[in-house]
Amino acid sequence: MNIINIEHIAKIYQVGSEEVHALADVSLRINKNEYVAIMGPSGSGKSTLMNILGCLDTPTKGLYDFSGENVSQMNDNELASIRNRQIGFVFQTFNLLARSDALHNVELPLIYAGVSSHERRERAEAALENVGLKDRMTHKPNELSGGQRQRVAVARALVTNPSIILADEPTGNLDTKTGEDIMRLFHEIHEAGNTIILVTHEEYIAEHAARIIRLRDGLVERDEVVINRYIPV
Amino acid sequence: MKNLLFEIKEGLLISLKAIRANKARSVLTTLGIIIGVASVVLMSTAIKGIDQSFQAGVASLGSDNLYIDKWAWFDNDIPWWEMRNRKDITMEDFRAYKDLAKLPISIAPSANSQRTIKYEERSVQFVFITGTDFNYINTTNLSFDEGRFFTELESNGGRSVVVLGSEISKKLFPQGGALNQLIKIGGNRFKVVGVLEEQGSWVMGGWNPDNQAYVPIQNIFKYFVSRHSNGITINIRAENSQMVESTKEEALGIMRRVRGLKYDEKNDFSINQQEGLLTNINETVGVIQIAGLLITGLALFVGAIGIMNIMFVSVKERTREIGIRKAIGATKRTILGQFISESAIICLIGGMIGLGVAIIGSMIIAQFDFPVTIDIDAVILAVTISLITGVISGFAPAYTAAKLDPVDALRYE
Repeated sequence: MNIINIEHIAKIYQVGSEEVHALADVSLRINKNEYVAIMGPSGSGKSTLMNILGCLDTPTKGLYDFSGENVSQMNDNELASIRNRQIGFVFQTFNLLARSDALHNVELPLIYAGVSSHERRERAEAALENVGLKDRMTHKPNELSGGQRQRVAVARALVTNPSIILADEPTGNLDTKTGEDIMRLFHEIHEAGNTIILVTHEEYIAEHAARIIRLRDGLVERDEVVINRYIPV
Repeated sequence: MKNLLFEIKEGLLISLKAIRANKARSVLTTLGIIIGVASVVLMSTAIKGIDQSFQAGVASLGSDNLYIDKWAWFDNDIPWWEMRNRKDITMEDFRAYKDLAKLPISIAPSANSQRTIKYEERSVQFVFITGTDFNYINTTNLSFDEGRFFTELESNGGRSVVVLGSEISKKLFPQGGALNQLIKIGGNRFKVVGVLEEQGSWVMGGWNPDNQAYVPIQNIFKYFVSRHSNGITINIRAENSQMVESTKEEALGIMRRVRGLKYDEKNDFSINQQEGLLTNINETVGVIQIAGLLITGLALFVGAIGIMNIMFVSVKERTREIGIRKAIGATKRTILGQFISESAIICLIGGMIGLGVAIIGSMIIAQFDFPVTIDIDAVILAVTISLITGVISGFAPAYTAAKLDPVDALRYE
């Protein structure tokens, strides 16, 4: 079953008198419970694609269908709602609220979803326990290590039970070992039935996924199944 | 509806968290509002105090009174030279009027002079000396601390007796015991027969009974007034406020007869009324009010600009936070609400502190006998003003925040 169905989307920026085609013509489908990596050198359009996939931005042309909803026609509020309900973000720089503790950070998407404070707390605690941070709930981001921060971000992404997890260079700010821990966490999340889209420029990180989409100059260069998939133990 | 309430509640909680997280800045920001609200509240209570004091002064003079005088006190329609050329109102006029008037409950003449009062080494300069007769006390609401007003006998005989206002008595006799003492007014000896209770109406200045002395009117003519100006004022008290108009009508008729005016001649006297004084007072208070509120409003405006400025800085600084919030599902309205309520809360807290400052300030001012009272109106005023200031000055920055593009905001360093 398709969760994401993109057909011939393009994103064109006007820079001065020049038109920049960040995405020229991209079509792809992503099914439920897939584990996809999007790769490409800088300037390939992978950030733009990620923003569009994450409903942070809308394409200039083309169709984006997200589990039956036509995202390409949505207004800001509808996009915010889709992001809130359907997408869990994990960023390279963690993007936690610096002055709030882990629990509040994880609760935040539930606040915007209108969940009552009691249920919110229960779900946020469960999500943090799930990523192994049960004893760090009242710590603020600066009291946590990089790996722990990224776990908080993962818990925040998971707490709304989204349709997809969108991870943008999730190991980019972590050392190799901690990065490996996070990738193991993603593996577990995937095993639990979630759909993961991983944006990276590192080959060995991308090989954790089952499928790699390679972009170049705003076009899909290759879309391949990973043969020697790296499964963390 | 439930959803909106939920959003407001959560928005307020988020705002409180943000305010607590930026303590130093919140305090500095609040300072402007504290000063603004404190000055508005202080000013408005001071104006109220002035107003009440005026009203109290009028009340102590008696509100159902009429004053027949050569001069119109509050009416600017009659040219001053015309009034100057009028004949003085004399004691004869007074007696003639008194014989004919049926409606007033009390009638008394009065004439004034300013003199120095002495008792042994102590003296008070420029005291308003009111000369009158024994009926005068019944045209006022004055009451006595000790002693009495002069009697009919003393009045008719023009004896050298005096009734002192409370301030004068305090200055001459700091230890008390003024009664039956001999004091000198402009070099002439007078016996103190009474001391008035404090009226506390500081705004009336020399007219304040606290700062006056009362003697039988003959003394004024004998000692204190040059023969060129022996005009008097006729003080009339109507039975009650409903009777003021008819008493005035009656007085008009009688006075025209007494003054021998023909039907086509204009009045050569004026009948003055408390109402005129009240109008005058209200005008004065109104001017003070406008000036005061303009000045304090300016202070508040500066405070509001401070808030707006800080909120703009805050939005800029927290661009990334806004990006994060938007990425995980905050709508424009949520962000707008968050920043507006943040600025409203800062202002509200500032307003409350400002109110506290104003209360302390009013207590200090009250030590100097300036009448100020902070009541529930002031609290409502402070809350309303600070909330409105917060919402207005928070709106533009909040709108900027709400409009941010999540992609740009997330990329912001």
